[in-house]
Amino acid sequence: MGDQKRILILFAHPAIQKSRVNSRMAEALQDIGNLTFHNLYEEYPDFNIDVKQEQELLLQHDIIIWHHPFYWYSSPSILKEWIDLVLEHGFAYGRKGTMLKGKKVMTAITTGGRREAYQEGAFNNFTIRQLLSPFEQTVKLCYMDYLPPFVVHGSHLLNEEEIGIQAALYRDAVLALRDGLFEEEDLQQADYLNDVMVKFQQSLN
Amino acid sequence: MHQQDFFFQAVIYLTAAVISVPVAKRLGLGSVLGYLLAGILIGPYVLKLVGAEGSDVMHFAEFGVVMMLFLIGLELKPALLWKMRKSIFGLGTLQMVGTALAIGCFALIFGLNFPQSITVGLILALSSTAIVLQSLAEKGMLKNQAGQTSFSVLLFQDIAVIPILAILPLFANQVHLDISSAIQADSGQASIVSGLPGWQQVLVILSVVAGIIFIGKFLARYIFRFIAKSKLREIFTAAALLLVVAIAVGMSQVGLSPALGTFLAGVVLADNEYRHELETDIEPFKGLLLGLFFIAVGASIDFSLLLAKPLIIFAILGLLIVIKFGVLFLLGRIFGLRSGNEMLFSFALAQTGEFAFVLLSFSGQSAILDKETNGILMIVVALSMLITPLLLILNEKLVQPLYLKKENEPEADEIDEQDNPVIIAGFGRFGVVIGRFLKANGIRATILDNNPDNIQVLRKFGFKVFYGDASRHDLLRAAGAGTAKVIILAIDDREKINNIAEHIKEEYPHLKILARSMDVSHFFEMEDMQVHGQRRETYDSSVELGIMALSELGFRRYQAYRLARTFKHHDLAIMKELHKIWKEDSGKYILASRKLSDQLEDLLMAEQAGPIQEADSAWDAATLREEIREIYESIKKEKEL
Repeated sequence: MGDQKRILILFAHPAIQKSRVNSRMAEALQDIGNLTFHNLYEEYPDFNIDVKQEQELLLQHDIIIWHHPFYWYSSPSILKEWIDLVLEHGFAYGRKGTMLKGKKVMTAITTGGRREAYQEGAFNNFTIRQLLSPFEQTVKLCYMDYLPPFVVHGSHLLNEEEIGIQAALYRDAVLALRDGLFEEEDLQQADYLNDVMVKFQQSLN
Repeated sequence: MHQQDFFFQAVIYLTAAVISVPVAKRLGLGSVLGYLLAGILIGPYVLKLVGAEGSDVMHFAEFGVVMMLFLIGLELKPALLWKMRKSIFGLGTLQMVGTALAIGCFALIFGLNFPQSITVGLILALSSTAIVLQSLAEKGMLKNQAGQTSFSVLLFQDIAVIPILAILPLFANQVHLDISSAIQADSGQASIVSGLPGWQQVLVILSVVAGIIFIGKFLARYIFRFIAKSKLREIFTAAALLLVVAIAVGMSQVGLSPALGTFLAGVVLADNEYRHELETDIEPFKGLLLGLFFIAVGASIDFSLLLAKPLIIFAILGLLIVIKFGVLFLLGRIFGLRSGNEMLFSFALAQTGEFAFVLLSFSGQSAILDKETNGILMIVVALSMLITPLLLILNEKLVQPLYLKKENEPEADEIDEQDNPVIIAGFGRFGVVIGRFLKANGIRATILDNNPDNIQVLRKFGFKVFYGDASRHDLLRAAGAGTAKVIILAIDDREKINNIAEHIKEEYPHLKILARSMDVSHFFEMEDMQVHGQRRETYDSSVELGIMALSELGFRRYQAYRLARTFKHHDLAIMKELHKIWKEDSGKYILASRKLSDQLEDLLMAEQAGPIQEADSAWDAATLREEIREIYESIKKEKEL
C-alpha cells in the first residue's frame, strides 16, 4: 500500500533475555512491513550512539515508537542517552531545527503496577500521562506530535496467554497506526492508545 | 680468494636455500630439513655444484652455533640459569656418561679396542645444538618443559666438549697434542696459553671469564649508549658482531669453547637495556650461518661410501638412535618428564651433533680411529642429523596423539558426549584470555595448542585439549570443526591463521571464524577472506592505555573514555578507506612484510584528510546559547520600543 506510514521502533531493554512481556511484544512486530525494528542495546552495547545514523533513521520514518519497560517512572538509560545526543539543537529543535517537524512519536511501555495504582492519591500518586510528560514535552519541542501511549499494566501478574493477548493487541495497534486507521480526534482525546483500540475493535465488529 | 668464485658460490648456496626451505616448510618439514636437503641437492652426488670446499664452508658456518648460543644467553637471566643447574649438571652428566658407556659397549662388540670405544662413545653421545634448538624454536617448543630440558643437556654437552678434547689426546698413541691446539684443530691457530704451565693456564682462563662478566655487567651499557648515540644503525650492528666475534676469538685464544664464551656473554647481557637491539642485529646472521651450516652438512654426506656399505651404515645409524633414545627416555622419566614431554625430549636429542665432525676429524688426524671407521661414523653422524627433523615430525603426528588419547580416556565419556561449541586455536597470551572469559561464563571450549606443559593443567580444569599444530587438517577435524559453531584463531602466526581460515571456509562453511589479526595489512587480508569477526591483537589495549594517558593529563575520565570511543569509530572508517586503496593498489601492499612504518604513514595520511569529527555535539550548548541570546536581545528591543 502506497500510503502506509513508515514506522521506526526504538526498542530499549537492557536484558531482553530476562523479559517476559517486552520480548513477546517485540516478536509480534517482526514481520510487519514498512517497519524498522531498531534495538538500541543491541546496536550500541557501549552506549556509543552513532548520532548521524540515528538522525538518518529518523528522517526515513514517519512514526517513531519508543518501546521499553517503565523503569523508575521513566525509560532505561540508553533511551535518555539517545534523546540527549540525537535530538540536536539545529536538527530537532531551535529556530532552524525543524527536520523532524510533523512526525508522530508514541511511547509503548510495560509496568508492574496496575492502572489503578497510577492515579492521584493512589500508590504511585501520578498518572502515566503525568509521568510521561517529559517525553511528551520533548516531542513537542521538536515540532512533532505525541500520540497516546500504549501501556501494558500489571506485567508481573500476566500469564503466558494474557501476554499473548497483549502482544497481539500491540501488533494490531501498530498496524492500525501504520495504515492510518485511527480517527485523529480519538487519538487526541485518549489517555492510552489501548483505549482507542477498544473503540476501534468495537467498530470493526 | 677469487671474487668471482665467491659470488658464484654465494649464488648456489642462496638459491638452494631460497628454493628448498620454503618448499620444506610448506610441506610441514621445517627449515632444518629444507637446508639439509638443499645441501644434498647441490652436493657432489646430485648436482655437483659444490665440492670439497663444503667442509671449509661448514667450519665457517659453525660460527652460527656460536651466535645462536649468544642469543639464547640473552634470553636467559642468570637467576633462571641457576634454577636450571640441576638439569644442566645432573641430567647432563648422566646423559653423557650413560650414552657414552652404552655406545662404548656396542663399539667393543663391533671389535674396536678400549680407547677407541670410549672415544666413539663420547663423540656420539653429543647431540646437535644447532638442529635441536632451531627445530624446537621453529615449533615454538623451546620454552616448554621438554624444550628447557633439552636445552640444559645441550648446554652441558657444549661444556663437556672441552674435557673430551682433553681426554682424547691420551688415547692418541703417536702424536702428542695438547688440549688447546686440539681445539684449534679446525682453525689452525695456536692458543696463546699453550706454552704456559697448568696453573697459569687456569689463571688466564679465569681472568678472561671474569673480564667478560665485568665488561658485560658494568661497561657494556655505556659502550652501547655511546655507539647508539651515533644513530648509525650499521655501526651498532658492527658493534654487536664485533662483540660476538671478539669473545669467540678470545675464548679460543685461552682454549675455551667459543660457544660457551658467547653464551656466557649473552647471559651477562640479558639484563642490559640494549638486549633487544643486540638480538635483532645478530639474529639474521645467526639464521643465515646456521642455514649455511646445515647445507654444508647435507653436502658433506658421502654417498659413495653409503652406497658401498649401506647395511653396516644403516645398522649403526639405527643402533645409535635407539641407544641414545633409550638413555634419554629413561633419564627423562627419572627427571620428571611426563605426558609426552619425555618423548619430545628423547626424539629431539637422539642424533649426534656438529661437534662430532670436529672431534672425528681430530680422532682421524691423531690416528685414534682408522680411516674407514672414521668415514663411516662421519656419514652416520650426518645421517642422524638429517633424520632428526623426520623423527620430530613422527613424534608430533604419531606419538603425541597417542598420549592425549591415553590420558583422555578415563574422563572421555563425560566430556566427549557433547561437542563443544567453540574451538580455540592457539592458547598463548592471546588465546588464554578468551578461554578464561568463555570458561567464566560456562561455555565449553576445545583448545588446540602445541605446548605439552599447558595441556595437563588445562585438562585438569575441564578444557578439552588437542596437542599439535592447529593448522593440521586432521587435528581440526578431531577437535570437532564439523560440529562446533565458532572457531577462534588466536595463534601467533599470520600465515597459519590465513591457512586455517582458508581451509575452514572450504571445508566447514558453517563454522564462524573469529580471528586475531596482527597488523593493518593482516586486517585487510582477513577482511578479504570474509572472516566473521577480527580484532587487531594489541589495538584495544593501546586505546585503553591512551585513555589513561589522557586522564593523567587532566582530562575528565568520562571525556577521555568518550574520546577513545570516537577515535575507535573514526579508526574503523579510516580502515575501510585504506582497505579500498589497498584493493585498488594491491601491488603496494602485496608483501605481508610491508614495513610497519609504511603502514603507519598511510594511516596518518588518512587521518589528516579527515580530522575526527566533534562527537557528542548535543552536549555542547554553544549554538543553543547563541540562539537564546538572540531571542533575548530581540525581546529586549521590542520592550524598549
